[in-house]
Amino acid sequence: MSAVAQPVRIGRRRSVGRRFGSAGPLTYVFLLVVAAASAFPLYWSLVVASQDNSAIADYPPSVTPGHQLFHNIGRVFNSGEVNIDFWTALANSAIVAGVVAFSVVLFSALAGFAFAKLSFRGSKALMLTVVATMLVPVQLGIIPLYIEMIHLGWLNRLPAVIAPNLVSAFGVFLMRQYIAGSVPNELIDASRVDGCHTLRVFWHVVLPAVRPAAAVLGLLTFMMTWNDFFWPLIVLTPGNPTVQVAVSTLASGYVQDYALVLAGTFVSILPLLFVFLALGRQIIGGIMKGAVKA
Amino acid sequence: MTVSTGEASAAPGAVRPRRRFLPRWMRRLDVKVSPYAYVAPFFLIFLAFGLFPLGYTAYVSLTDRNLLNPVSSFVGLGNYTELLHDSYFWNAVENTLAIWVISTVPQLLIALGLAHLLNTKLRARTLFRMSVLLPQVTSLVAVALIFTQLFSRDYGLVNYVLGHVGMHNVDWEAGRLSSWIALSVMVTWRWAGYNALIYLAAMQGIPDELYEAAAIDGARPFRQFLHVTVPMIRPTIIFTVIISTIGGLQLFTEPYLFQPLKGSAQGGSGRQYQTVAMYLYEKAFGSSQFKFGYAAAIAWCLFLLIAVISLVNFLVVRRIRSADT
Repeated sequence: MSAVAQPVRIGRRRSVGRRFGSAGPLTYVFLLVVAAASAFPLYWSLVVASQDNSAIADYPPSVTPGHQLFHNIGRVFNSGEVNIDFWTALANSAIVAGVVAFSVVLFSALAGFAFAKLSFRGSKALMLTVVATMLVPVQLGIIPLYIEMIHLGWLNRLPAVIAPNLVSAFGVFLMRQYIAGSVPNELIDASRVDGCHTLRVFWHVVLPAVRPAAAVLGLLTFMMTWNDFFWPLIVLTPGNPTVQVAVSTLASGYVQDYALVLAGTFVSILPLLFVFLALGRQIIGGIMKGAVKA
Repeated sequence: MTVSTGEASAAPGAVRPRRRFLPRWMRRLDVKVSPYAYVAPFFLIFLAFGLFPLGYTAYVSLTDRNLLNPVSSFVGLGNYTELLHDSYFWNAVENTLAIWVISTVPQLLIALGLAHLLNTKLRARTLFRMSVLLPQVTSLVAVALIFTQLFSRDYGLVNYVLGHVGMHNVDWEAGRLSSWIALSVMVTWRWAGYNALIYLAAMQGIPDELYEAAAIDGARPFRQFLHVTVPMIRPTIIFTVIISTIGGLQLFTEPYLFQPLKGSAQGGSGRQYQTVAMYLYEKAFGSSQFKFGYAAAIAWCLFLLIAVISLVNFLVVRRIRSADT
């Protein structure tokens, strides 16, 4: 299906930017300050994580990384020294975030396709409902949700943190907008004439066309799920944690071992940091595209 | 070969669409019914793990349900009357509102300014955009732990710097206002850049003619920003205010991890920064109380609080902006 769409690039929106002319030097100074402020706490976590815990008390504090980074990271992964298994935590987070990202993309694309290209009774009202659910603070339902998890036997097991996140209203919305704009109706009609039923249309026409948006949605979902804390803290235990629960457990000792805590923190940020550095442009495009339509 | 199927007769290598026509009734079914099947997963899962628990919260809040006690009985509005006389609850409401205000206002103002700066012809545009989004990639847990170290009393970098201007060893965690400020710095740091990108996206949709007209009328850039940009992105501002309200009033992770003794959720020795979400957690899961009925009442009150404040915000933001257009 090489005829399928030249999808609207989601990553590279041409920015207008000419209205206030070129940026003056003052603009650059401000933006550089902001960039430094954004990066500094992350840099600082590296500084603390790479020092001996006693060096934290140095006066004046040293602002350059020390030599203990790998030693401290080793301590994080040494389940004899800390009361959590950090490898399990990383694996759990990867599984949870991976499954959730895949499922959100699939169900969002399906629903987005139906809302954008199929006509059915009540579709407008249903789409409105989807958007409205974004404004419902469902996190407040944690008490019954917890009771639900007891009944399902999912306490302290990964399905408890996967199941509630399998779909996303934002995802459906993003996919609907994208499919409406990037898959020509003629193409769908043509494949219908060729005898495709709707699921085949979805598979052969829509899915190939939405790949860029699906990638962005998948990445954003992966990041959000990886960073989730409140619900995993409630249903999981330090015995079977996600990485966020594990890091917070590191921090809950009576004596604050900042070097250890921030070494764990640093490790927990690292995977997303790599993804972000590699694909930041696409991620920003996705956020901005979702924002314009909202 | 006497028997030749349709497929065998096709020229090898020729790409032909496979035509598999369904029976007429199935095609009708496909067109009429399948759309519902495609949107069903979203609604079913949202119902099961989103809407149903939220609605059921209202019911649980009318009982004395407790995890340790399998038999629960109906207590009517008992939990709510108790809650209204619970000084810890009102303390948590006050903390939550205060932290929300001092983190949302600067956050959105910074975001507006930042978006304005990013909306110029920039070199290394992507690099700057990525840098403002960096905090958003950082998890709440990481933000909370890093800033807790930065704000620590004895060895924190913040106190080291402040020591040079005569403020020595501020105990950020112990004080009421000081702990609120520390938390608001965390929230602002994480969210300002994200909101800036959303504003930037909206700003790029403003037609150039408006700025040209304003320039002809003699409006300087700052007045253009105030009288063209801000009114034009009003819907987006309303959107971000409501989203920040929903998120800000449920603040949990930052104050929870700011505590020297994590695990409890008291929000400091004097409950000086305990938020409503933390109080809910304390009653339901912290300190082995498992008072689910009472916690559900707290959740429902927080829900009402969010709804009312979102509505007020919506009305206020709408009025202010339409006044100056």
